[in-house]
Amino acid sequence: MAAGGDHSALKVVASDAIDASTAGEVHVEIRAAVKRFGGTKDSGGVHALGPISFSIKRGEFFAVVGPSGCGKSTLLDLLAGLARPTEGSVVIEGVETKGAVPDGVGAVFQEDASFYWLDVFDNIAFGLRRSRLGREEIRRRVDYAIDFMGLRDFAHAFPAQLSGGMRQRMCIARTLVMEPRFILLDEPFGALDQQTRLLMGEELLRLWRETGATILLITHSLDEAAMLADRIGVMSARPGRFISIIETHWPRSRTSEIVSDPAFGRINAQIWSLLRKESIISMGRK
Amino acid sequence: MSRAGWIRCAVIAVAVAALEIACRMQLIDPFTVIPPSQMAAALADILTTRELLLEISTSLLNILIAVCCTIVAGIAIGVVLHPLHRVRRILDPFLSSYYALPLFAFYPLFIVIFGVGSIPIIIMGFLAGLAAMILSTLDGLDNVPRTLTKVARMHHMGRLSTALQLQLPAAAPYVLTGIKLAIAYGFIGVIASEFILSGRGLGFAIGFSYNNFDTRTMYGLILFVLLLVILLNLLLHAWDQRMQLRRRR
Repeated sequence: MAAGGDHSALKVVASDAIDASTAGEVHVEIRAAVKRFGGTKDSGGVHALGPISFSIKRGEFFAVVGPSGCGKSTLLDLLAGLARPTEGSVVIEGVETKGAVPDGVGAVFQEDASFYWLDVFDNIAFGLRRSRLGREEIRRRVDYAIDFMGLRDFAHAFPAQLSGGMRQRMCIARTLVMEPRFILLDEPFGALDQQTRLLMGEELLRLWRETGATILLITHSLDEAAMLADRIGVMSARPGRFISIIETHWPRSRTSEIVSDPAFGRINAQIWSLLRKESIISMGRK
Repeated sequence: MSRAGWIRCAVIAVAVAALEIACRMQLIDPFTVIPPSQMAAALADILTTRELLLEISTSLLNILIAVCCTIVAGIAIGVVLHPLHRVRRILDPFLSSYYALPLFAFYPLFIVIFGVGSIPIIIMGFLAGLAAMILSTLDGLDNVPRTLTKVARMHHMGRLSTALQLQLPAAAPYVLTGIKLAIAYGFIGVIASEFILSGRGLGFAIGFSYNNFDTRTMYGLILFVLLLVILLNLLLHAWDQRMQLRRRR
């Protein structure tokens, strides 16, 4: 496995301005977004997130790590259009989302979102059947997704008969068949063991390479972020803001074998050195 | 059949046998209760001679309409109420107290408003099961994971399609409990109303037989209702078990 790029020069970018290093086409942009729950715009309520500003280039793999309760899932909701920022804006492909889910965006959530009453095939086909696609085209896409995710032997099994990892693969396949250009993943492998997480991470990289989609991954796992991402946003304790954005310079062809690369350890250490203090704050310790 | 099923059948068989023996030995007044074998013979006569076919078909049609209306209205009201938290908090005590209402006291009022016939009877059957259907639907929707609602929004689904294609299927076990109760209460509401004040139907036929000391026909009809409700519940139970298999590892 070829080593990564120039790992002696890990690039850390200040987070409170729009990221100047994103020279390519910007796919997703958050501009000074703040999210408060309850209260009014000017006072009261819980200040969950922000102000936060960053952008993601088209085809980039961006990971977000942060202490518990810092607002990572809130960030995902804002980017998916599931929530509206109290202040600031979210712009995807040049269009502000305004609290509506834009076209071309897919999400896989941390919790099990399988439809237990449908078998694997019907679960994956669910979104396609709501579209105007013909039956043959639906079958073709679903069969491709089932094979891509290694679920061929379980195409007519029900979610209860699958392992946790297989159910998440099914949920990823259900998102994949809609051919989203921007995929959001919120701790998709949170409930899995370490070995399975590494293998699932490789599958995710394969998906990313083959689809060319822009991916944002929220994870508690520093290993996962360090292995998978082109850039890693490290969040502070609540209200979450980016304290740093780390560039990894991994090649696009990377696999889980980069965990043995010395640069992997340096990236991990860099993330932890930024995150440790924030984690202590979020636990309520001084 | 499962072990529990065999035990269930054995318990029923022992109970029926005990009643048969008690009646034959006249430990129970034969004027009050007839042996189960005679009840079965009476039922066979009723079904083969078709003498009460009109009464049976009238009641079954009334029950079918009442139960269908209960299910549709109960689910619809549950789906509409579910996101309205403030309205639910206001209505909760009323829904919970619903069963204490003496619904049959309103039956003569419905006759005055709608006239004698099937409509007031159907209304009674409908009202008897409505609260149970609403509460079961609300319970089911409360137990639908919030993630499914997020998935629905990611698929750009409106409220109606989210309810029909995601929330209600996810809430199916609870909704099915509501349907079982709607059927039971539907039978009670319709037959009891016919018993009180009607010139047609199973309830009327049971009351007529009772008043004319025709205990054989009366018990034959009661057995018919009992067997029909058990059969319906067995079918629903089988469907429920099939659905449960999809949830079980």
